[in-house]
Amino acid sequence: MNSAVSNRQSVISTVDPHSGFSPRQFAICLKGIVWRESLRFLHQRERFISALVRPLVWLFIFAAGFRQVLGVSIIPPYQTYILYAEYITPGLIAMIQLFNGMQSSLSMVYDREMGNMRTLLVSPFPRWYLLCSKLVAGTAVSLLQVYAFLLIARFWDIGPPPIGYLLILPALVLSGLMLGALGMLISSVIKQLENFAGVMNFVIFPMFFASSALYPLWQVRESSPLLYSVCKFNPFTHAVELIRFALYAQVNWTSLAVVCGCTALFMLSAILAYDPSRGFLARRGEAAGAA
Amino acid sequence: MTTPMLSVEAVSHSYGARRALDSVTFAVAPATFAVLLGLNGAGKSTLFALITRLYATQRGRIQIFDHDVERASGEALRILGVVFQSRTLDLDLSVMQNLMYHAALHGIRKREAKTRADEVLARIALNDRAYDKVRSLSGGQMRRVEIARALLHRPRLLVLDEPTVGLDINSRADILRYVRQLVADHGIGVLWATHLIDEVADNDDVVVLHQGRVLAHGAVSRVVEGCGVTNVRDAFTRLTRSDHSTVEAG
Repeated sequence: MNSAVSNRQSVISTVDPHSGFSPRQFAICLKGIVWRESLRFLHQRERFISALVRPLVWLFIFAAGFRQVLGVSIIPPYQTYILYAEYITPGLIAMIQLFNGMQSSLSMVYDREMGNMRTLLVSPFPRWYLLCSKLVAGTAVSLLQVYAFLLIARFWDIGPPPIGYLLILPALVLSGLMLGALGMLISSVIKQLENFAGVMNFVIFPMFFASSALYPLWQVRESSPLLYSVCKFNPFTHAVELIRFALYAQVNWTSLAVVCGCTALFMLSAILAYDPSRGFLARRGEAAGAA
Repeated sequence: MTTPMLSVEAVSHSYGARRALDSVTFAVAPATFAVLLGLNGAGKSTLFALITRLYATQRGRIQIFDHDVERASGEALRILGVVFQSRTLDLDLSVMQNLMYHAALHGIRKREAKTRADEVLARIALNDRAYDKVRSLSGGQMRRVEIARALLHRPRLLVLDEPTVGLDINSRADILRYVRQLVADHGIGVLWATHLIDEVADNDDVVVLHQGRVLAHGAVSRVVEGCGVTNVRDAFTRLTRSDHSTVEAG
């Protein structure tokens, strides 16, 4: 190893810790976290491909197979009869974000086990800000996946009005934040990576199937009023409907309120869970060993 | 009196009924290489988790310079450099990308971060590996990158939790020499946790931690003298075998 540096100032802090951080420094921190998440995503090509293949399989195979079986009547926001493939497209978009949110959660558990998470948590920025930045980064990654899916779907004759591609953006940001915050909350209660398989069975599948992603809720009500109630209270249903309406240049106000409320609730819970004085991490005694 | 770089006052921590730390008290002065010496399970990693605020302090007080880790965690973490026991580098990113990420987490602008990264990499003789993936580095090189990363935001206190575990003898010696040099040349305070007695030098300070309690702390020569033995190994053995008294050396 080389000898030490001659310039004392280059090692010793010249920072006044009392001075706090400027808005620009907050922006640098956010940018750094988004940049790192994007790099990780781009390096994991399999993740990108599987994130695309999953909804495309549903669109190309499932929707084609069930085209004649599942009839969709004219329901808002649609003004005419539509093909089943068109109906499930918003559901598949939300599915991409749901999987992405859970993938982020998985990577947080992995980072905690591998120790990378500590790098984030010992940053001097407020912890709530670090977690929110992480959430924004995950949402940004999900946007890339959604637009790649919409591009391919366009060649499959899934063509919402062109303005829909722009108007869907705020809806995607909100639903991405909600599902990412849910993933973050889940990551705080999962002790080991191995427990993550349970998330598939107890979170992803029930959320996806008990929603309006694959079938309109009036059809569900006809077969089971109880299931209908479950679907109506499922936040994922509202993410799907928010996206569906936005894609056709409309706003579903109920869904907007539910998604905003759930985002705030999940995020607040995740921040509390990662707070050293209140959180699950401290109670489990994890940071010293594996976190 | 000089403000200590690190001050740990009557800190206790429990996991449920199990007490991991029991009224731990010691301080690290500026420009001091302090060794936190303890066997596995002594409570070193718990103490590190408290200093770095991964855990909240249940009882007692920890201050970095004059910033309380609980009440002013941002200020405290800003002047603290940390090297954890487990590897915390992102293996799939390059050395430079890891350093730039750390710089962003401290709000350092890109251009400034690049300059500092080049500087610290040159210092650890790894500038030719800057754009290699971390995965391709040896264990010793990864440790050096972690130390370089911990210095990137120019901390006043550097804490290292068993940084030489799993390294060969040459890498261990290199890293020790480098960190001691930082203390000598730049006045950084260092807390070096280890269970390897041969990493303690005669002019260091030492804190002997055993089963969550501080059995001795102060200059090595004083601790050795206080135990009535001739070297630190014997002092450690004597202290941990008859764990009933506390030796304090100024």
